[in-house]
Parts: sequence; C-alpha cells; structure tokens
Amino acid sequence: MKILVGIKRVVDYNVRVRVLPDGSGVDTDGVKMSVNPFDEIALEAALRIREAGQAEEVIVVSIGGDECQQQLRTGLAMGADRAIQVQTGARLQPLNLAQAFMKIIERESPGLVILGKQAIDDDNSQTGQMLAALWDRPQATFVSKIALSGSTATVTREVDSGLETVEVDLPAVVTVDLRLNEPRFVKLPDIMKAKRKPLDVLPLDALGVAVDSNVRISRFAPPAQRARGVMVGDAAQLVQELRNRGLV
Amino acid sequence: MSEREIMEYDVVVVGAGPAGLSCAIRLKQCKPELTVAVIEKSSEIGAHILSGAVIEPGPLDRLLPGWRDDPPPVCIPVERDEIWLLSRSGRRRLPTPPQQKNHGNFIVSLGAMCGWLAQRAEALGVDVFPGYAASGIRFTGDGAVGGVIIGDMGVGRDGQPKDSYVQGIEIHARVTVFGEGVRGHLSKQLIRRFELDRDADPQTYGIGMKELWRVQPGKSQPGLVQHTAGWPLDSHTYGGSFIYHLDKDRIALGFVCGLDYQDPDFVPFEAFQQFKHHPMVRALLEGGEILSAGARAITEGGYQSLPKTEMPGALLVGDCAGTLNVPKIKGTHQAMKSGMLAAEHIAETGAAEGFDAKLRASEVVRELYKVRNIRPAFYKGFWRGFIRAAIETVTAGKLPTTLKVHADDTALRKRAGYTAPDRRWVERDLPPRDRLASVYFAATAHDEDQPVHLQILQPDICATRCVEEYGNPCTRFCPANVYEMVEGTSGRALQINAANCVHCKTCDIKDPYQIINWVTPEGGSGPNYQNM
Repeated sequence: MKILVGIKRVVDYNVRVRVLPDGSGVDTDGVKMSVNPFDEIALEAALRIREAGQAEEVIVVSIGGDECQQQLRTGLAMGADRAIQVQTGARLQPLNLAQAFMKIIERESPGLVILGKQAIDDDNSQTGQMLAALWDRPQATFVSKIALSGSTATVTREVDSGLETVEVDLPAVVTVDLRLNEPRFVKLPDIMKAKRKPLDVLPLDALGVAVDSNVRISRFAPPAQRARGVMVGDAAQLVQELRNRGLV
Repeated sequence: MSEREIMEYDVVVVGAGPAGLSCAIRLKQCKPELTVAVIEKSSEIGAHILSGAVIEPGPLDRLLPGWRDDPPPVCIPVERDEIWLLSRSGRRRLPTPPQQKNHGNFIVSLGAMCGWLAQRAEALGVDVFPGYAASGIRFTGDGAVGGVIIGDMGVGRDGQPKDSYVQGIEIHARVTVFGEGVRGHLSKQLIRRFELDRDADPQTYGIGMKELWRVQPGKSQPGLVQHTAGWPLDSHTYGGSFIYHLDKDRIALGFVCGLDYQDPDFVPFEAFQQFKHHPMVRALLEGGEILSAGARAITEGGYQSLPKTEMPGALLVGDCAGTLNVPKIKGTHQAMKSGMLAAEHIAETGAAEGFDAKLRASEVVRELYKVRNIRPAFYKGFWRGFIRAAIETVTAGKLPTTLKVHADDTALRKRAGYTAPDRRWVERDLPPRDRLASVYFAATAHDEDQPVHLQILQPDICATRCVEEYGNPCTRFCPANVYEMVEGTSGRALQINAANCVHCKTCDIKDPYQIINWVTPEGGSGPNYQNM
C-alpha cells in the first residue's frame, strides 16, 4: 500500500506574523518558513504505519512554487520515500488543492491519504474534506489515533463532546490532530540521504487543474491593538476611573 | 548507549556566520575535491546572527567577485555619516573619525547575508546543516581535535531520553574550524585546554542590543548612518548607539555597552530603551512598529586579547578568536578575512599548524594593531579616552606603548561603598515595555522539556554571597530576563527561565563569580531573528 501525505510550506509557528502595510498579504521577507506542523504529524503517522509493515511506500506531495522543495526535502529526510511537487505560482483555494491532490491520487492509487487537519497559515481545514468528496471515499478528520487492520482503519476523532471512534474502509482520507504523535527529529545523515531521493516536479496546468476561484481576498488586517492599561493607586481611584468611563 | 554514528569530512566548520561561511566557500574555491560541512545551532542560517551592520565590501569582492550584481537581500550603500554626542535632551555633532567614515560601505542585515552566503556555499558543494548544535569536541587518541559531537535531541529536563530521543552523531574531520562567534562555548573549552590565551590579555566584551523598526513613511533616509555617544551612559560606562537607515521605511538601531561597566545595578537593556527616548531618536520611532529585537555580546579586546588561533587539529576564526575592530565598529570584514585565510591555509597545507603566524602577519591583525590602544584608553573615562583615541588615530598606532586590557568579570563593584551615578532616566512609552516583551520580538523558542542549558556551577553562591555583595546582577545584565530571584518554600533562590535565552552569552561573561556556564541547548533552539 502507498500512503500519500500532504506537505504545506507555511510561516514558522515561532514567527510573529505581520501584515504588509498595504494590506495585500502577510510579510514573508526574510521570514522563516517550515513544514505545517500538522503535516509533520501526518507524515510521522504514515512513517509509523510503514515501519509497522502495513505500507510499502510513503509519498510526500506539496503544491506551490519551487521554494516548497525545501519542505519536501525535510519530509524526505524524516523518512518519506519520494516526493512530488505540483508546481504553481498561483495562490490556490482549498478546492484547487483538493483537485490537484485528486490528480495525484489518479496517478498513484494510494491506499491512504493523510493530511494535516488544517494549515496554520489560513486555518481553512477544508482540503481533506473536499478531497474525500471528489474521490468519493470515506473521510476521518481531526484524528488522534489510527490503527489499520486489513482493508479498514479504526480511528479516534477529537470532537467537541470528547472522543469518537470510527471505522472507515480504505482507501480513505484522514486528517490529523495535534495529539496523534510527536514527529521525530531528523538525523543528520538522513539529510544527506534525502538529497538522493527522487523528487518529481509536475506543473499544475499539465495536470489539467483549472485555477478558478470563487473566493476573492480583499484585504488583510492585523487584529485591533489593545488599549494601554492605566495603573491605579487604590480601590477608590479604581472606582473613580470606572465612573469616569461610565462603566459603573 | 550505542556507538555514535559517524560522518567524515575533510573539514568541519562550527558556526555559519560570516567567518565560517567565508571559510567554507573559500575552501571549495581553492580545492573543490575537499569535503566540507558547516554545522549551525540555529534553526535556519542567519537566525542567530545579530549585527548592525555596516560592512566593508573588500572581502566580499575577493570572495565572490560579481556579488554586486546579485547582492544579499538587504544591502544599501552608505550615503552619509553622522556622529552625535547626546546629553539628556540635547545633542552636538562630532567630527567623524577616519575609521568611521563609511563611504563605499554597505548597510546589510548580516543574518540575511549569512543565508545568502550559505546558498553560495551549498552551490559549491558544501554541506550546510542548520538546526544541529555542536555540543562537544571530539579528540583523537593523541589529544588533537578531530571533529565535533552533535548534541543529542529529545532529552528531557531530567537528562533522561524521551520517546523522541535521537543520539547525536560524531563528525570526524582532519581540520575543525571554530567560527562560533563571540564566547563560543566550545572555543572557550579549547582556549582553556590548550592554554591559547597564555600570552594574551583577557578577552573583553560588550553587549549589543538591536531592534528593527518600520517607521512612518518618509522618516527613514536610506543610506544614512548615525552613531551616538554620551547619554544615557555616564562617562565611566563605555558604549554608544547606531541608527542605520534601511530601505522600505525600515530602521535598524542598537546600543552597545562595554561589559566592563562598574555599577552592579546597571541594566544595559534599560540604557538602550532610554536612548530610544532621546528626542532625536524618539522623533524617528514614534508612530512606527517594532519588527524584531535581540542581543548578542561582541568582542572588544582586540589585538592585546587575541588568543593563539591554532591548536592541533583545529583553528579559531572570526569573533570566537576576537578579530572585531572596535573603533571601526565593524567585525564582519575581519571575520570574513580570517575565515578565508584559514581556508587558504588548510587548502595549502592540509593542517592547522602555521595558521596563527599567517594570521598575525596578515592585514587582519595589522588592522587590530593600529587601533589597539583606543578601546583601553576609555577605561579612564570618556573624555580622556576621546583625546587618547584622537592621538592614536593621528599616529596610526605607531606610539610604542600598548595599554593593558582588563577582564570584564572583575570590573563590577560591590554594592557596599559604591554609589551609582544619578542617571535621571526618563519615563518610557515606546515598545517594548520590558525585557519579556522584547524577547517576544526575538521569536526565541526552546522546548521546555530539555536540560537547562545555563549551568550554575556553585548554586549556593546565588542566594548567599551574591545577594550580599552584588545583589544578583544576572537579574539585570541579562537582556532576556532569564534570571530571576524568587521566594520559594526554602527561601530565596535563583530561577532560570532558560526558554527566554537569546544566546547572547552576556551571563557567561559578566557574572562576577564566573559560575554561569552557557552550554548549547538542543539544536534548532534559540532566537529566530529575521533580517537582523
């Protein structure tokens, strides 16, 4: 069985995200970029399934410009067998991403697709669900536990009311949550091995995915800043300040 | 524990700063068949680099001819120099000394430039490994340096391996080049072990703090280089500021204090923030937004403090040796030159022996010799230093005397009997409010479940002698608020907030008892500077 894992290049979670002064997007000049943390968890899950002998091959897929090859190499260094870059310079909506993944599924026929539950940049949490619909296969989202047996997967989902255990027939789409696992550290020699692993580049338009979007981003804006606090000397002054503001 | 995995290289370079990367690039240019690795503890190249920075382009012209057609990401030609002497609310223009004339130089982000250099090194076949900390030195059977040991990852706070544990590998090399930067934790061990500083004065340091701002449109004048001396420092505290005007409405500004300051209650971070509230600076920053902040120690000892830079199997380059030129306020060109010289030496001889003599005969050390008396002249206060500096400059360092350099850790005065100068510091309102708020702009990150990387060798001193004598100066000199004295169930004790650390090394230097030992945390930890 093959497992397909999605890898998205995002602004690193330690970075203070800053909106460009003209509101056209987020400042990425000189900003550290990383693998979306949920995608790292997805890859770790896939590697563990392969290491348990339940899969033969783990393929990492990223959709974007050539800079995302850096994140694919990280995936290969973690242990993926090969990588596919769907090459595009366009800013894609989740539906486009799902369509592109669908084209890769048609080529590779994986038994399982594991994605992060969402990317930490746009927080959409849509691609996995849309992909399952396009593929017409079961989906299990926000997963904190996966067990495969034969042609089914038993997964635990983190839902608002607690944990939900469901069984899905394979092939299926699984999107993973934070508590599923702790991704491994990359060993230094594995970085060298990753350089020799295959990385295929497929232009998005050659796959026949039309980039049309029914969502238009009009403007980015930072959250409103909190007003400065006032230090008060004692309770009486506090009451006075609150009165002045008409709050009591 | 199993045998460590081994990778073999001809040369391993520790630290991807300007010295280490220049060395790696030059090695491949001189002898492409050499295998070269660069190990860097920051999560990506440049993330632990903090500098002004105005650089002299000479070494870049030699290393990468044609670089001007494809320059580093932030690279603005210097248009104009200004030096100001500040009083609390006024300022006076000073003549620009010849060392500080910056015509032909460039304002860069040294962090971004290192990322750019690393790409060039990789293109030549150098293996660059960010996110891996060289935590130990590997010695060969005959006691020579034979490479480094990469720190283990996934070790818990208690020192026990976690589920994610990965043993660090050994990197074996014929020659190991240490380019760790100021107060490198491995270089420190090597200097002691091989007594490299036997014939040198103690190394001295300063602490540099820097912020990157986006100011209101029109306020930044790209290419303007401003330096200040005077307020908020008293005349017995060496230091000053820089304000570099970048493109895209950005301004890099910073403040450097000599770590030979005497006042046990002095807070360098506060001095920086005070400087920002001088009318001249405040006008620039008001209405702007802080983008990034950080701190890093710099070397100030110069010629007198330069240790021997070679030992069996290894070399020191750049600021872990201490090649910075203080009166010029520049170290990058010196670091790059020493790295390139090391590369040429290794390519030619295949060994470390003989490098120190070459370095001392080179323009790197000649440059340090010329200005050797300027920094120590300021021990006697600002004005006497100023006059001596002028004399030394006019005579180009040809006077026969060489002033002694004193160690920083002995400079601090005990609280009893010491009266701090009246600093008349002002109310502040520009961000960051305090050191914790500042650390936020350094984007520093450490997994909290790892051994504390700031080792206190004699913890009993903190709550006893140090409270009495100095009042725990670590709680003040650290720019990241790592050290706090807290009341616990068993009395006052030192609390170390290691996760805040920005790897500046000030504590390892300034602690008057020399009981703070900075060791490297898990690879990839530490600040995540952007364009610093």
